[in-house]
Amino acid sequence: MAITDRAEAPVAASTLQVLAPDGAVVPGARYPFELSDADHVGMLTAMTVTRRLDGEFVNLQRQGQLALYPSCLGQEAAQVGITSATRDNDWLFPQYRELGAFVVRGVDPAGIGHMWRGMAHGGTGLIEKCCAPITIPIGTHAPHAVGYALGAKFDGVDTVAVTFIGDGATSEGDVHEALNMAAVFQVPCIFVVQNNHWAISVPLSAQTRVTDIASKAAGYGMAGVRCDGNDVLACRVVMRDALLRAREGRGPTLIEAVTYRMGAHTTADDPTRYRSEGELELWRRRDPIDRYRSHLVAAGIWTAQHEERATETGERAAKRLRDEVFDAPMPDPLSVFDHVLSRRSGELERQRRQLARETGRDAT
Amino acid sequence: MVEAINAGLADAMADDDHVLVFGEDVGRLGGVFRVTDGLQARFGQRRCFDTPLAEAGIVGLAIGLSMRGYRPVPELQFDGFSYPALDQVISHLAKYRNRSQGAMPMRVTVRIPSFGGIGSPEHHCESPETYFAHTAGVRVVSPSNPADAYSMLRESIAGDDPVIFLEPKRRYWSRQDLALPVTTEPSDRARVARPGSDVTVVAYGAMVRVALDAAEVAERDGGVSLEVVDLRCLAPLDLDAVLDSVRRTGRCIVVHEAPRTLGLGAEIAAVVQERAFHSLEAPVLRVTGFDTPYPPATLEGVWLPGVDRLLDAVEQVLEP
Ligand SMILES: Cc1ncc(C[n+]2csc(CCOP(=O)(O)OP(=O)(O)O)c2C)c(N)n1
Ligand SMILES: [Mg+2]
Repeated sequence: MAITDRAEAPVAASTLQVLAPDGAVVPGARYPFELSDADHVGMLTAMTVTRRLDGEFVNLQRQGQLALYPSCLGQEAAQVGITSATRDNDWLFPQYRELGAFVVRGVDPAGIGHMWRGMAHGGTGLIEKCCAPITIPIGTHAPHAVGYALGAKFDGVDTVAVTFIGDGATSEGDVHEALNMAAVFQVPCIFVVQNNHWAISVPLSAQTRVTDIASKAAGYGMAGVRCDGNDVLACRVVMRDALLRAREGRGPTLIEAVTYRMGAHTTADDPTRYRSEGELELWRRRDPIDRYRSHLVAAGIWTAQHEERATETGERAAKRLRDEVFDAPMPDPLSVFDHVLSRRSGELERQRRQLARETGRDAT
Repeated sequence: MVEAINAGLADAMADDDHVLVFGEDVGRLGGVFRVTDGLQARFGQRRCFDTPLAEAGIVGLAIGLSMRGYRPVPELQFDGFSYPALDQVISHLAKYRNRSQGAMPMRVTVRIPSFGGIGSPEHHCESPETYFAHTAGVRVVSPSNPADAYSMLRESIAGDDPVIFLEPKRRYWSRQDLALPVTTEPSDRARVARPGSDVTVVAYGAMVRVALDAAEVAERDGGVSLEVVDLRCLAPLDLDAVLDSVRRTGRCIVVHEAPRTLGLGAEIAAVVQERAFHSLEAPVLRVTGFDTPYPPATLEGVWLPGVDRLLDAVEQVLEP
């Protein structure tokens, strides 16, 4: 079985693209003329900051400061393009690799650091930014987005639920149930599949027989669209359409953003066991940041000064992360008894006193 | 232990070509813990293969393969990801024999890297045993050492019942000099892991090591002799070894990292008081995890039962 076939294939013609890998506008493309220069600068800045922060997460893990980290290297365009099209009150339901989405939403990187250092489940500071907690059990959060969207529809509020899932996640039963219900209930929900071609060591070709995940939408009776996930403008355009559809009450959309996981699955993974250097090299040449930068420089929108400022912002974010997690003290042991239920049972109170005794703390 | 399980799988596959190994990342990668390393290279893609990311599907597939006479050994990648498959286990795997009036035994061994203590993120450190053990129709076993891991796995695969095989991740890297194949006690029996005379300590999985360490300290520092019983099989429970021990020591402590309420400790304490009440010199105590979600990694050290928590309980049952 040739298992790297799809990742090495050229981007298919049915895939919406605005920018070619060299940054030139594809002839006949649906260019998002509504974006201002400031919008463009904001998007490239977010992508640049995401990459810098992502690198810092990996460094911190290597230095023993984080238990684990799943890098989003190479997926910045998909995450930034999709998220930057949303409004701040649209709800995001992330998997675990969506640092770019969090950067766009202005989530404090320290809160993501708390998750991966093993200080707080789900991350902190997300809910305030209309982001559900980071979800590790694959695909299980997709139905939550549908429920949220159904509630928003009942309430008549203009909010769209956006769920990020992976190519691997599309095999899970929960995702099927979520897609079907979203279509049946015609809710304002958008499913964003970041098809990065791998689910740990399992390639897309071993995950599904269809070569085009977006085509699965037809089986649910919903709109499906495929875009070049390394082309931030293509992602922005398809997301703009999907959001409009959702806001107008015309139902859910399944977006497939075709991208590539440039790094290991997580810091605990060794991808040399299952994929080739050649495949990686091919995708390096499709780097989403280089592509967008070339475009914006040629258009006279991005200057050396913007580059400098984006770099500085990235450094500041990385420093903030490092300051907050490096050698951060263990949380209060008694905090494990917080937020279990709305109030503690007598038995739990007894257990809390036990742990207080064991750790030399005051249980009051 | 990883090598012992790997050898157990390889030997089972070599002995019976109806044995199939499948799951997420078990083929080319050899599993995220390398437990299935080399099996695909040696036995081919038909015998050891990667599945799509779908736990309910994986167990459902195993059920159908078993109906065709295969002996599937699916892996669910982590304890916390066994839950999507829970319905297949409870509604079908556990009931097929019964619902087919004995015509369709389920020869399926579901391997699950389980329990906490390795500093991983949430959902990778769960103790799901009670959910399974509360389900009539499946066996639930958990080895505490490499020899048992090999022997109990071989027995599970060769047996005629569905087995939930909980591998203590925290003991994966434990070493033991072993000449394989090795056969230890039948896997439905408990075993005295360390004889003693003052207090019976019942444990399983990674907690057996904790109990043995505590026994060492108790002997050295307090002259107290703990008898450690390694439960091995969590369902159906075989408490003969435990009762036999309690009748000699008069005191019993159950250790598990799963939350306390309705954990295995509750059942064991009930049986001990039902069947050895008159031997008891003190109440049966439970040394367990707390009734909270498993904590973030930085707190697991204080959350998990350790030697100190166990020794506190020992002191308590010995109080005059
Ligand atoms: C229900 C469940 N099963 C298994 C896992 C273990 N696991 C973690 S990530 C992963 C692969 C996910 O692939 P994909 O959905 O493509 O997302 P990606 O990692 O590529 O972003 C697996 C199998 C899990 N987290 N949840
Ligand atoms: Mg993927």
